[in-house]
Amino acid sequence: MTVHTPIYLDYSATTPVDPRVAEKMIPYITEHFGNPASRSHSFGWTAEQAVEEARDEVAKLVNADPREIVWTSGATESNNLAIKGAANFYSSTKGKHIITVQTEHKAVIDAVRDLERQGFTATYLAPEPNGLIDLEKFKAAIRPDTVLASVMLVNNEIGVIQDITAIGNICRENNIIFHVDAAQATGKVAIDLETLPVDLMSFSAHKTYGPKGVGALYVRRKPRIRIEAQMHGGGHERGMRSGTLATHQIVGMGEAFRLARLEMQTENLEILRLRDRLLSGLEEIDEVYVNGDMSQRVPHNLNISFNFVEGESLIMAVKDIAVSSGSACTSASLEPSYVLRALGRSDELAHSSIRFSIGRFTTEEDIDYTIALMKGKIGKLRELSPLWEMHLDGIDLSKVEWTAH
Amino acid sequence: MAYSDKVLDHYENPRNVGTLDKNDPNVGTGMVGAPACGDVMKLQIKVNDSGIIEDAKFKTYGCGSAIASSSLVTEWLKGKTLDQAAEIKNSAIAEELALPPVKIHCSVLAEDAIKAAVADLKSKQPA
Repeated sequence: MTVHTPIYLDYSATTPVDPRVAEKMIPYITEHFGNPASRSHSFGWTAEQAVEEARDEVAKLVNADPREIVWTSGATESNNLAIKGAANFYSSTKGKHIITVQTEHKAVIDAVRDLERQGFTATYLAPEPNGLIDLEKFKAAIRPDTVLASVMLVNNEIGVIQDITAIGNICRENNIIFHVDAAQATGKVAIDLETLPVDLMSFSAHKTYGPKGVGALYVRRKPRIRIEAQMHGGGHERGMRSGTLATHQIVGMGEAFRLARLEMQTENLEILRLRDRLLSGLEEIDEVYVNGDMSQRVPHNLNISFNFVEGESLIMAVKDIAVSSGSACTSASLEPSYVLRALGRSDELAHSSIRFSIGRFTTEEDIDYTIALMKGKIGKLRELSPLWEMHLDGIDLSKVEWTAH
Repeated sequence: MAYSDKVLDHYENPRNVGTLDKNDPNVGTGMVGAPACGDVMKLQIKVNDSGIIEDAKFKTYGCGSAIASSSLVTEWLKGKTLDQAAEIKNSAIAEELALPPVKIHCSVLAEDAIKAAVADLKSKQPA
């Protein structure tokens, strides 16, 4: 068996463009290069037709009306447009309070922080230790002036799936606009916007085997949701997002979402099988902790902390696999993941975590190689670790008086 | 983060990993650092009857630079007297391993571990 290292297990960061998607995109770069907004000749008509076919495909994956899909440059822009656009449109009638969650993507958290600087107030809900939101705590956070709530469908770091139906129903009862960041969800969980009580939903192409640089925002028509444009210009996309449409990118997103719709059911069964294989292999190592709920979770994600191993040396040790770490290297020091901290994980466990994310092109050989690598490297680092030795001697590390430095 | 070749060598092939009997009167143990800070070093030295360090062992929980710093000092300690050992300076460790400024604290920790091991040993020896 041969595997090519480094093995890519970072599909939650980005996915390769599916070759079938790339093939479909190419003619729209060179041949059908027209501006979809050109109404006076066939170059424009061809491009416009491709854009509208892609819009249909995006809408079909999530069971929406194509007229509810607005093209953007990606989920970060969609989140900004939804949150700032709705908050600003509805603040004068509804109020200036926003509810979101501490484990949201930075594109949501920082958009809300920006609104705080403009006079809005915000509640950042803490999740339960399994990463899920307690609905009673969500209800308790609602105020008479709450205008908007933003909760992601699938978490990017720990893969947990929030109960969007229940949260959306609470929002409906309280007349709150509900935005959902679904960047990590498309192709992984079924989304039916015909029945989901969601007003705004963000999508990304490159997490679902489409190209980088394109995304979409779902804006509900019935009942009609209004947003203030954040980008001004030619009035494209019904005035909600100006800017010449990137035809080839959009064609890629449409094809990627079409393939997801056709293949996600069988693909996710295989990914679940590989995830279970990885999990049972890694669970043979002592003192490992899975981060995030295991049942309300996409099969693509496995986030595990390895106790008594330091985070940075762990990253050095696993350079043959491309994974994400719970430690973000900043210039001066390691910062533990804010998502894992929000779950109540200690700094040590947050630092020594690894996010394995599995995707369309992961093989059983990749998984077996990864298990063997992790067993060897964790064993070696623990052989070096005085904490592991103390643990084996039965010493409770929380009772030791350390010499902090 | 870019590591020097010497750091990588000590990280890949750490020298003198292990544990000496901490109850042996000829063994001194120094443990410094804290898990919450991301580094814990345990350094042990064993002297012979002439007061020369004949063995040194370490275990380190920490980044590659912390592992390399402690691995390096176990090599340097062997053959030295306790007074010579106490003279090892963090700047020499940092220079030998070409540690970047953000990793200087690893060499400081290694120096502290030596001092702690020497102090532990001296407290065990009859005056």
